[in-house]
Amino acid sequence: MAFAAPDHGPGYSFTSPTTASAPKQHGFYPYTDNGGSILGISGADFTILAGDTRSTSGYNINSRMAPKLFRIGGEGPDATGARIILGVVGFGADGAALKERLDTIVKIYRYEHGKDMSVKACAQRLSHLLYGKRFFPYYTHAILGGIDEEGKGALYSYDPVGSYEREQCRAGGAAASLIMPFLDNQVNFKNQYVPGSGEGHDLKAREVVPLSRNYVMELVEDAFTSAVERHIEVGDGLQVLVVTENGIEERISPLKQD
Amino acid sequence: MFRNNYDNDSVTFSPQGRIFQVEYAGEAVKQGSVVVGIVSKTHAVLAALKRNAEELSSYQKKVIPIDTHYGVALAGLASDARVLSNFMRQESLRERLTYGRPMNLSEIANRIGERAQINTQQYGRRPYGVGLLISGVDRNGPHLFEFQPSGMVNEMLATSIGARSQMARTYLEKNLDQFADATKEELIKHALSALKDSLSQDKELTVDNTSVGVVGGGDLFKLYEGQEVSPMLASAFGEGEGEESMEVDT
Amino acid sequence: MNHLPQAWGRPRDDVYGAYNASFLPQDGPKQHTQSPIVTGTSVVAMKFKDGVVVAADNLASYGSLARFTDVKRLRQFNTRAVLGFGGDVSDMQHLDRLLTSLSLRENYADPGSSGDETDTASLDAKNLHTYLSKVMYKRRTDFNPLWNHILVAGLDDADKPFLASVDLLGTTFSAPSLATGFGAHLAVPILRRVAPDEAAAETLSMDDAVNAVKEAMKVLFYRDARSLDKYSIAVIRKDGVQLKEDEKLEGQSWAFAETIRGYGTQIH
Repeated sequence: MAFAAPDHGPGYSFTSPTTASAPKQHGFYPYTDNGGSILGISGADFTILAGDTRSTSGYNINSRMAPKLFRIGGEGPDATGARIILGVVGFGADGAALKERLDTIVKIYRYEHGKDMSVKACAQRLSHLLYGKRFFPYYTHAILGGIDEEGKGALYSYDPVGSYEREQCRAGGAAASLIMPFLDNQVNFKNQYVPGSGEGHDLKAREVVPLSRNYVMELVEDAFTSAVERHIEVGDGLQVLVVTENGIEERISPLKQD
Repeated sequence: MFRNNYDNDSVTFSPQGRIFQVEYAGEAVKQGSVVVGIVSKTHAVLAALKRNAEELSSYQKKVIPIDTHYGVALAGLASDARVLSNFMRQESLRERLTYGRPMNLSEIANRIGERAQINTQQYGRRPYGVGLLISGVDRNGPHLFEFQPSGMVNEMLATSIGARSQMARTYLEKNLDQFADATKEELIKHALSALKDSLSQDKELTVDNTSVGVVGGGDLFKLYEGQEVSPMLASAFGEGEGEESMEVDT
Repeated sequence: MNHLPQAWGRPRDDVYGAYNASFLPQDGPKQHTQSPIVTGTSVVAMKFKDGVVVAADNLASYGSLARFTDVKRLRQFNTRAVLGFGGDVSDMQHLDRLLTSLSLRENYADPGSSGDETDTASLDAKNLHTYLSKVMYKRRTDFNPLWNHILVAGLDDADKPFLASVDLLGTTFSAPSLATGFGAHLAVPILRRVAPDEAAAETLSMDDAVNAVKEAMKVLFYRDARSLDKYSIAVIRKDGVQLKEDEKLEGQSWAFAETIRGYGTQIH
């Protein structure tokens, strides 16, 4: 009720219920977690996105081949001409819906402007898509990859409601907490110091340098083979997408199925 | 002075059973520059002559890719064509999103036909002033549809619309039996030849004023413009396109 | 008149008694389906080298009551697609109506290129699955779900076997063998032994696939209390759909039941 009942004098039915009984609880929960993990690392002239191909419901494996990485804005069944890649983990149906929306937007952009959308613009648009459902969010962790206007590898990561940031590397999904510290250490050299450079606060941090593509591929594989060992929702297959100036390369390799 | 009282709107018949506004819309198509469309058993080709309003202006858009499997060529009001092509593109994306399949060409052709017809039967509306050739490959093979402002939609094997298009149609009728089994290159050659037949004396096909759209044989719809059409013009009319081959004394 | 403008014109409780709310509408905010009512149990399906086999029993349960024992839960959409429904039966019937109008619209728009009137399958299994996934996802987003888990079995546009699922949340996935509900726990391991991956499914014979699915149906009947030994089974191949709706589980052996201990009063 908009106004309070008087606390003295004769009573009026101000606080009377508008219905005879309290409304029933909603029995339908519109989300589920389909498990899996993704990670992205950007280099000097490339961006790599990787994800496992398992889809789960609780302890069940729905499918051993359910890719989480997608090409955005390409034409035709092979996504010809695409230069942007998206990884989504979390609730699979939201992920699929998000991917299709972004893909359509980038396609329409090319039709209306006669040129490809930049990763920067696409990244901001994705943020808006997510925030647009701030009060009924897409339950996903998204990572967007591409090549920026200077030809450098670009990587953007998102929370479910659209907060985003450009980063060197990011892990998302079920095994994010397992992979991210590994990436901090191996990509951004966190907790690595120059030997003999001093004691305590005098220690010099190891200088961060862009990593080579082959080295990053090895990191990605190590990250996933390890995550598979420690997380039951991760496994079956490893999908890797690499964007360079020349386009997108894909590789799918096996992971343990247990 | 004689004044036609039956052409003020598109909802009134003349005593002779004609709807003048719709016929005038058809005239707008005839004033647009010529476009040609041909299909073979495997490919669909659109060729168009682009005009520029003045020497310094850019050339008009004549061939518009809609989806990866088809495009349209237009003759008439380009802005009306834009409205229609935006609609077609939207519908095609919707079809891909809801069913995961490419739009059927007869379906989209009929859908814009329906839209155009509504404009001819409701007061306060005006017919589209543009004709379209809708051409591409769907699950039933290559198709070519002709669309007119009246709402008429016809499937064709080869046709042409726009200014002086009768000349192109004459060429197409004459060579019709060669189209079905033609290769992609031969089909392009025929389309350019038909287009050339429609040119006025002082005009010729150049890389600046020719657009070609090709789809089929497993390839996506591709629009060729500028230098990309130069090999096509060369193979259709020989090197040094435009000049008739020199008469050689024998 | 007092100093409370909100109270002016209102009946005083000490004169007229408290407001009797029983005259108000009994329901709260508009309620959508909160739980399924009449339900079907598992659907099982698997791919083989040139097609897909799918099966579901003919029971519709009302809670623990075996309410309807002749309900067909497989629906042939056209010559290239069959759907298997698990979950709420009334929602299944709603979808059935939706699909009928879809197929009518489809066939009217494009009666097939071959001129053969039986070739009306302009929507293949993959298209149908995409469509259904949008319907299901839209309904969950509207908080008004269709309480089903559906398997779509058939052929894709290249006539390759296609099998995928969509549930009440709009979640979709595809695999060489799939099962809904209880079958996801009991049937899938049986089917995965026969064809662990796509490569294995591509070499699997139709007979082996059908036998595996029948075996899975039998195990489900043994262990799923909401199941029936009467079932429907469909095989979808390039040459069409073979749908049998009145099959009976064969070769049952309840000998294992004799050895089960620990669920009730037992002497030993």
